[in-house]
Amino acid sequence: MTMRYVQEFRDGAAAQGLVARIEAAASRPVNLMEVCGTHTVSVFRHGIRGLLPPPVNLLSGPGCPVCVTTNADIDKAIALAQQEGVTLATFGDMMKVPGSYQSLQQAKADGADVRVVYSPRDSVRLARDNPHRPVIFFAVGFETTAPTIAASLLEAQRLGVTNFYVFAVHKLIPPAMIALLESGEVRIDGFICPGHVSVIIGSRPYEPIAKRYGVPCVISGFEPLDVLQGIEMLLRQTAEELAEVEIQYSRGVRPEGNPLARELMYRVFEVSDAGWRGLGCIPGSGLKLRPEYRAFDAEQAFPVEPPPTKEHRGCLCGEVLRGVITPPECPLFAKACTPEKPIGPCMVSSEGTCAGWYQYGPRS
Amino acid sequence: MAKASKILLAHGSGGRLSHDLVAKEFVPPWQNPILDQLNDSAVFSLSADGSGPRLAFTTDSYVVKPLSFKGGDIGRLAVCGTVNDLAMVGAKPLYLSASFVIEEGLPLSTLRAVVRSMREAAAEAGIQIVTGDTKVVERGAADGLFVNTAGVGLVPAGLEIGGDRARVGDAVILSGSIGDHGIAVLSQREGLEFEAAVESDVAPLNGLVAVMLAASPNVRVLRDPTRGGLATSLNEIAAQSNVGIAIEETTIPLNDSVWAACEMLGFDPLYVANEGKLVAVVAPEDAEQVLAAMRATRYGEQAAIIGEVVAEPAGKVLMRTAIGGTRIVHMLVGEMLPRIC
Ligand code: SF4
Repeated sequence: MTMRYVQEFRDGAAAQGLVARIEAAASRPVNLMEVCGTHTVSVFRHGIRGLLPPPVNLLSGPGCPVCVTTNADIDKAIALAQQEGVTLATFGDMMKVPGSYQSLQQAKADGADVRVVYSPRDSVRLARDNPHRPVIFFAVGFETTAPTIAASLLEAQRLGVTNFYVFAVHKLIPPAMIALLESGEVRIDGFICPGHVSVIIGSRPYEPIAKRYGVPCVISGFEPLDVLQGIEMLLRQTAEELAEVEIQYSRGVRPEGNPLARELMYRVFEVSDAGWRGLGCIPGSGLKLRPEYRAFDAEQAFPVEPPPTKEHRGCLCGEVLRGVITPPECPLFAKACTPEKPIGPCMVSSEGTCAGWYQYGPRS
Repeated sequence: MAKASKILLAHGSGGRLSHDLVAKEFVPPWQNPILDQLNDSAVFSLSADGSGPRLAFTTDSYVVKPLSFKGGDIGRLAVCGTVNDLAMVGAKPLYLSASFVIEEGLPLSTLRAVVRSMREAAAEAGIQIVTGDTKVVERGAADGLFVNTAGVGLVPAGLEIGGDRARVGDAVILSGSIGDHGIAVLSQREGLEFEAAVESDVAPLNGLVAVMLAASPNVRVLRDPTRGGLATSLNEIAAQSNVGIAIEETTIPLNDSVWAACEMLGFDPLYVANEGKLVAVVAPEDAEQVLAAMRATRYGEQAAIIGEVVAEPAGKVLMRTAIGGTRIVHMLVGEMLPRIC
């Protein structure tokens, strides 16, 4: 038995060294965006913000798949779940996300058959075990989860499971980063790029961000020392007025990513436009099933018409996801809106920025 | 909000929603001074003048899935959980009841295994199961097997242990590594089978408590951090005693495999359930001798002082992280884990 906390990625002395170098490099105010919710949580859990000198400002970005799912898509998932005789399976985090009128959890309490699964393969198993019940997997996620969804769909095909369907609202990260820069709404001096997504896509998709928009990108791991080092690398670039894509998380990410996983993903999905909460419709930022796999498409098999969408009154999730405000600037934060009674999805997901501030921050 | 007026799974997560449910739905209609203590067990005197030893009384239901997991099963859990609730008010546990709600179709061999492990756990804890009840419900009306146990024990005269007794300067002692039970159970959930070389820590802690009480008359608070984890127990103590608690991340024992599983699942081990650990608040001058006594026992080998009671910020728990940052450790909000005990 060992105590992991005193090990290489959490070494106090190494952290002090990095903090000293960050302090030395932080000559002017910079806004660094951690794109991914896992980074947001890591920053909070390890108390990283408090270690950074005042000029270094961390912004949270749109990298929480639950948070960026639109009300329209959640409403549609609920409508699918409410079909007679249908089972809808999804990840636990999706259950409490409020749609326009209710959440999947409430739909379940009202009688819809909604199941939480830990992996898409479980929903294939569920379909196989209940051959007379259509099982729809409500698939949310980024490039990290899309290959596993693709794999489970192919598995269903191989096993001849014909009652398995997918309602996929997958999204791609780099187009969202570009959309943020295009809007010009917040100044972003550097991106802390997501480690897990980059394991799949590699470093190349970030090149246009560095080249065309002049914004440095560093792909970081999620351990506290990874995050600190990522910040230090970004500051070094900004100090030298460079804009390059660097990989801090070299133990996990290769420049070419994981071609096999991408091949799997694009065998089943093709790039499409997608609606993002807070960012609107971003061209080429989503994935939809290829025509060959139409038989698995829940939207084709079960045409539903959810009631007209409506936004959560007073919720500023969109602004939070764009890095325009921090959650405490939302008047509802920690008052009307808490993880138990979330008003917006950013307060639901464990990776959500509002939930992160609530769980780990001062709450006022 | 009419939509919210149903019981949701989150009401059973052990977090704040569970607390609210108890505080709003149960305490007001049943109100009485003993219930109002809201400790792990109710403690009351049988004599009119309140003298002599007092009785501790508690009950708990167990709905763990799967019924058996690495390091234990629902039977061991049902005995240890209730024994520990008694031990956490300083009582010497004596007798337990056991009630079973059994789903039609449960293999008899499963039931027998559970009963056997209850016998073993009872023997280990030195208590007896003296009464019980059985109900069988239709298939689908229960998930295999639910077990309820209630227990009574005696609190020695003059001994006062309670969540409201922590004082500034006291030491906070943890009896061993955190998160083992939660991760062991989760790793065997259907669909989530991951390789975790981790066993549940489910164990009766009355022996450990006896040793601690023998080592010092100044043990002030005892809590077993079950659902909601260490973070929730520390917050309860901070709130009840109206003090702050400052802990050091590097002093908290954590097994490699629990750490790795938490990283994979995005969990914070501070919130993961334990079933064989306790956290104690002890007067500073006695902390080392209590610690030494704990370390000499089977379930306290890894015990460590993890922090101290401070004046400010009252009602809050602060942690200095391994990399030197500071964070607030709030009570568990929402659900981090599916129901596990
Ligand atoms: S605090 Fe709640 S209401 Fe405000 S932006 Fe976040 S999720 Fe929306």
